[in-house]
Amino acid sequence: MSLALLIEQLLNGVQFGLMLFLMSAGLTLVFGVMGLINLAHGSLYMIGAFFCAAAAAATGNFWLGLMAGLIAAAAAGALIEVTVIRRLYNRDHLDQVLATFALILILSEGVRMLFGPFPLYLDAPAILRGTVDLGITQYSLYRLTLIVLGVAVAIGLWALIARTRLGIQIRAGENDREMIAALGVNIRALYTVVFALGAALAGLAGALVGAIQSVQVGMGEPVLILAFVVIVIGGIGSIKGAMVGALLVGVIDTMGRFLLPRFFATFLDPSQAMGVGAALASMLIYVLMALVLVLRPKGLFPAHA
Amino acid sequence: MADPVLELSHLDKAFGALKATDDVSLTLMPGEIHALIGPNGAGKTTLMGQISGRLPPDSGTIRFRGQDITRLSVAQRARMGLGRSFQISSLIPEYSARRNVMLALQARQGHAYRFVMPVRHDRRLTEPAIEILTRVGLEGRASVPSAELSHGERRLLEIAVALALRPACFLLDEPMAGMGTEGVGRLVTFLKDLKQEAPILLVEHDMDAVFRLADRITVLVYGRVIASGNVDEVRNDPEVRRAYLGDEVSA
Amino acid sequence: MRELRREHMLNALLAAALFAVPLWAYLVDEPFLITLATRVAILAMAGVGLNLALGLGGMVSFGHAVYFGLGGYCAGVLAHHAFNATPVLMGLDGTNQMLVIWLVAMALSGLLAAMIGALSLRTSGIFFIMITLAFAQMFFYFALSWPAYGGEDGLPIYVRNVFPGLNTMRPWNMFVIAFVMLMLVLALFAMIRASRFGAALMAIRQNADRVAAVGISPFGVKLAGFVISGMITGLAGAMMADLTRFVSPSMMAWQMSGELIVIIILGGTGRLFGPVVGAAILVGFEVIFGGLTEHWKFWLGLVLLSVVLFARGGFIGLLAGKERHG
Repeated sequence: MSLALLIEQLLNGVQFGLMLFLMSAGLTLVFGVMGLINLAHGSLYMIGAFFCAAAAAATGNFWLGLMAGLIAAAAAGALIEVTVIRRLYNRDHLDQVLATFALILILSEGVRMLFGPFPLYLDAPAILRGTVDLGITQYSLYRLTLIVLGVAVAIGLWALIARTRLGIQIRAGENDREMIAALGVNIRALYTVVFALGAALAGLAGALVGAIQSVQVGMGEPVLILAFVVIVIGGIGSIKGAMVGALLVGVIDTMGRFLLPRFFATFLDPSQAMGVGAALASMLIYVLMALVLVLRPKGLFPAHA
Repeated sequence: MADPVLELSHLDKAFGALKATDDVSLTLMPGEIHALIGPNGAGKTTLMGQISGRLPPDSGTIRFRGQDITRLSVAQRARMGLGRSFQISSLIPEYSARRNVMLALQARQGHAYRFVMPVRHDRRLTEPAIEILTRVGLEGRASVPSAELSHGERRLLEIAVALALRPACFLLDEPMAGMGTEGVGRLVTFLKDLKQEAPILLVEHDMDAVFRLADRITVLVYGRVIASGNVDEVRNDPEVRRAYLGDEVSA
Repeated sequence: MRELRREHMLNALLAAALFAVPLWAYLVDEPFLITLATRVAILAMAGVGLNLALGLGGMVSFGHAVYFGLGGYCAGVLAHHAFNATPVLMGLDGTNQMLVIWLVAMALSGLLAAMIGALSLRTSGIFFIMITLAFAQMFFYFALSWPAYGGEDGLPIYVRNVFPGLNTMRPWNMFVIAFVMLMLVLALFAMIRASRFGAALMAIRQNADRVAAVGISPFGVKLAGFVISGMITGLAGAMMADLTRFVSPSMMAWQMSGELIVIIILGGTGRLFGPVVGAAILVGFEVIFGGLTEHWKFWLGLVLLSVVLFARGGFIGLLAGKERHG
């Protein structure tokens, strides 16, 4: 095992973590502000990926595709907020789970009707193909771009929440719903905007990841569940927690899959080591979650002390 | 002199910079009604939370029947005989009045893990439940879900549930809140009777009722005890008049 | 009281219907319909398990598929070793006796539920939902990547497991086994609901603070309810594998957990026969609409959404009115 390989895997973990952050940020915002658990968040990720892949294929331009994915996810988010989600804010969590589970069925089948049953493929734009020399190792330029983009979006999101009027309203909404009403904020509009913002972030993640994975129905839910793990670790409603949780999950999952099989290979025969290592690696982040639960039941950064 | 049933010593509890409980000590003696009064925000609810076990104090100890219970859970304290009623009625909404009382009875009998015998035919629950409901005058409403009872009836059911625990002391958090004059009158008579069974720590806003009932009064302002004594002592305490009763007069 | 009697009658009617339809199918020799009814009975049983945690205890577990899958793997793994005449571990042999398999499935599911419950019941609300989902996903991925028992491809059971005195290869016999077990599990649910334990469990769902204030620790009661719930769903999983003679990670997938919740809600949360109705609706919907359009899940989603938004209380609530606890 060379240092170069290790660094490459570490970067992959960071890249994965940043994409998870884009998913988790929307989920945790929606929970923090509206008190809603949204299982259909993974569907918005899928919508972003599908529209991006389809538009990129039609126009031959990745960036136009990315815009299309972003807009489609935000629009889908706004649409389901206005038609369905809005009716769920005052319902209990069970109703929220069921209604958004129903939305997964509707959106997944809807995408299948629209784009057909086969996976789509999305190529990274020409200027981002190939690798870049980092000194110790060659690294995929596209993945490096994802890291840079992820960090940029995280900073932008932080600035939005810390520095803008919308951000003040969001923070007020997390603390006291009646207060923002008293401030004269249009809550319905605020909720729609927050939901669409979360949807756009999920759609962006889906579109960006679409170029390194196949774009298919059902791609959103595994990521959604990982985002749940991220939020449980980071603390519900905390953007900072989402960032820390996402990086932890991204890096630990990637490194576990890379290192554990190699570790077991030191004393088991290779095929057995692969199996055992892979199986245990797939459980690692959940063990991390269990640990956090035992030590800090409200997550690493509880939003409401 | 007998030993106190409940003894708080030097309790402190702060929320950030706000001292909600500031070095509070008080005792509850057998056979007495000890009233805890104070203006809104004086820290009565926080104190009740610490006694019942919902809030851990930052420092200080709570002794109950001679034992240190500072670190016990709500359920453990209740099993030791601390019977409480809630300020805002806190019942099992879908359960009838009878089943609310039966739940408390079953807790006292210590059998939460019985899986076989149906409760509705369990005489050790149904019969005493009706007896207790009769004592508070709710026997006619026994099968009404508690969510559908009137406000005053829910206050009475709170007391019935506390009675069912046959506790060694009652913590009653504003039992008269929202009751009409007639209801208050009946409850005052009832509580006077009840203190023979077990002493009562009473948080109450209705001053008239407090002065008619209490053997001792402790006045809490900004989390501190500013006066403690019998009714006349407290009524004539200059600091109490200024800090608290003065408010009442002007209000 | 009138509503209560109406629910009893409705329940009797539902039980009779679930028995009569496959009986008719048996008489006119329609084995497909018999097997379908067997599936309904087993899925309903899995639902009854979840109904105990969710309906009575208010614990919205979004990971009950893990017990269903674990039960399935108990059947699969034990049968696999019995078929190959190899020991499972530490010299223990496999078996193809359903009764033994069911006991093992219940014991292991109960153990797993105790572990997951002890961790996740430290939290509540939305945390609880996400954590139960995440833990189920953990075992899903484990089953997916553990190569010994088929991994992603699943594990077939070559010869149907046996039951003393009955030929389990005959669909009607298999149905009778499932039906009797369902009735037993329903009786257990009814008994628990009526008991002191059930009274505490349902009270905790409505007001845990009050239950603690009368001296019952909510955590212990909830955990016990969660364990029993997992055991029942695990038993159903083992029987499902007995029926389909196949077990795969998809039994543990999050969709399965979602379907179990759907089964309960469609029928009526906390209602005795709710899961029976819910399972019948779900399986019926799949068979009928699945034959008409490949996008039947789209329509299922719409129906489910309408039920949540506009018809809470489910089917039993619609016909028998609100539940009362006199």
